[in-house]
Amino acid sequence: MAAATTRARRALPDATGWIVPVVLVLAWEAASRLGAIPETVLPAPSGVAAAAIRLARSGELARNIGVSTLRALSGFVVGGGIGLALGLANGVSSLSERLTDTTLQMIRNVPHLAMIPLVILWFGIDEEAKLFLVALGVFFPIYINTLHGIRGVDPQLVEMGRIYGMSPARLFRRVILPGALPSIFVGLRYALGIMWLTLIVAETISASSGIGYMAMQAREFLLVDVVVLSIVIYALLGKLADTTARLLERLTLQWHPSFQGR
Amino acid sequence: MFAQALRAQPLRRTDAALARETRARPVAAAITVRGLSKAFGEKTVLSGLDLHVPAGQFVAIVGKSGCGKSTLLRLLVGLDRPSAGEVRVGEGAPVTRLMFQEPRLLPWARVGANVEVGLDPATPAAARTGLALEALREVGLADRAGEWPAVLSGGQKQRVALARALVSRPQLLALDEPLGALDALTRIEMQALVERVWQAQAFTGLLVTHDVAEAVALADRILVLEQGRVALDLMVDVPRPRRRGDPTLAALEGRILDSLLGGGGA
Repeated sequence: MAAATTRARRALPDATGWIVPVVLVLAWEAASRLGAIPETVLPAPSGVAAAAIRLARSGELARNIGVSTLRALSGFVVGGGIGLALGLANGVSSLSERLTDTTLQMIRNVPHLAMIPLVILWFGIDEEAKLFLVALGVFFPIYINTLHGIRGVDPQLVEMGRIYGMSPARLFRRVILPGALPSIFVGLRYALGIMWLTLIVAETISASSGIGYMAMQAREFLLVDVVVLSIVIYALLGKLADTTARLLERLTLQWHPSFQGR
Repeated sequence: MFAQALRAQPLRRTDAALARETRARPVAAAITVRGLSKAFGEKTVLSGLDLHVPAGQFVAIVGKSGCGKSTLLRLLVGLDRPSAGEVRVGEGAPVTRLMFQEPRLLPWARVGANVEVGLDPATPAAARTGLALEALREVGLADRAGEWPAVLSGGQKQRVALARALVSRPQLLALDEPLGALDALTRIEMQALVERVWQAQAFTGLLVTHDVAEAVALADRILVLEQGRVALDLMVDVPRPRRRGDPTLAALEGRILDSLLGGGGA
């Protein structure tokens, strides 16, 4: 019975998850048409869609989404890569941990968005600034969860691996890494959220391209529909990143009882 | 710890050499222990223990908690180093395997892959699956090779662990209370299974248990350990298959229990 519910939950989420947003959008459209929401406060969904089509035709939309995505991903790869490497190193080697963990925990307590003024002084409003902020924001959730995951690997399994003659490299690949993977995925999904958040803030404050920039430009010209469109795009991109992470999770964690049932 | 684990690993061999060696190599390893002592800091766990186990014998080691039986087992399979004395197991680098109280299967590897963990890393990839399947067949789980360990029952997991220990054809199989966590019926089935594979493969068996009935049912010889010494060394001269409730076995069991309980109470 448990398996049946799991299977049902697996097949349905895509459809069920969209019921509420669709109803909300329809209600919003209706309220706008009836004049309950003034156009200057919140344009109707159809108005936002029209803005999307207009910007898509001019090529502006694709360019800005492309720029933002590239920034998000490159910052994610750099910050996440360093976080994963340090998390693995500190999880496996106590020397490495003693050397770096205290420092990292201190830096972690500084909200990375508080660095914005300093980052602007260092990098101006160029790409480096955004990349630096995203990398910094993404680094910690990945680092902490990787470290935590490795710490949580069952010591009995590690002992078994050693007794059965696994070399250190094999032990890492067969026992430690798979054992830490569920926790690493938690960090990954959390980091994806921080990635978009950081990028939005950075692009809103200082940018000459990207979705945040598009929104700020539109605000200057009172184009509320474009502002709303930017927010919607952020929501969709965030959802896309999360779905990708879930898919990866499901592929790599098939063994896990909570992902079983295929 | 790493160094010890690597020492316990059999020497790397080539494919052809492996085949030649498997034919030539003895199926069981004799154990000789002289003046064995082990202390953890101030606490002496084993003191001046002498023991000889002929190749192929099935020995059960019983004793109260903390009598040093698990320590002895770890020393015999080379997981710990003795504080004093000498342990000799077989000739050259015999394959020794240890089975734990918990199955300790990798939850992220299918049953077949879990059994392959027990193979020498030098075993050619093409042969691995076949050997693992064969070991699973011996424990009656050949049809479960493609499953995740999470879907198996406790007894089945322990059988997979047994297959993992057997797949490398060990000359010495050490069992550290492997049936302690199973329910009574599964236990009896597992005991029969262990006895069957031991008879088929003829390795030297060492079973640490706190269940005297289990020791009497399975072993050729029973060692009662007390305060780091062998308090009683008994041969079990009862033909196999042994029937549960056999009066000779019951008498033996009573004698061992008396020794275990008398030693502490007097």
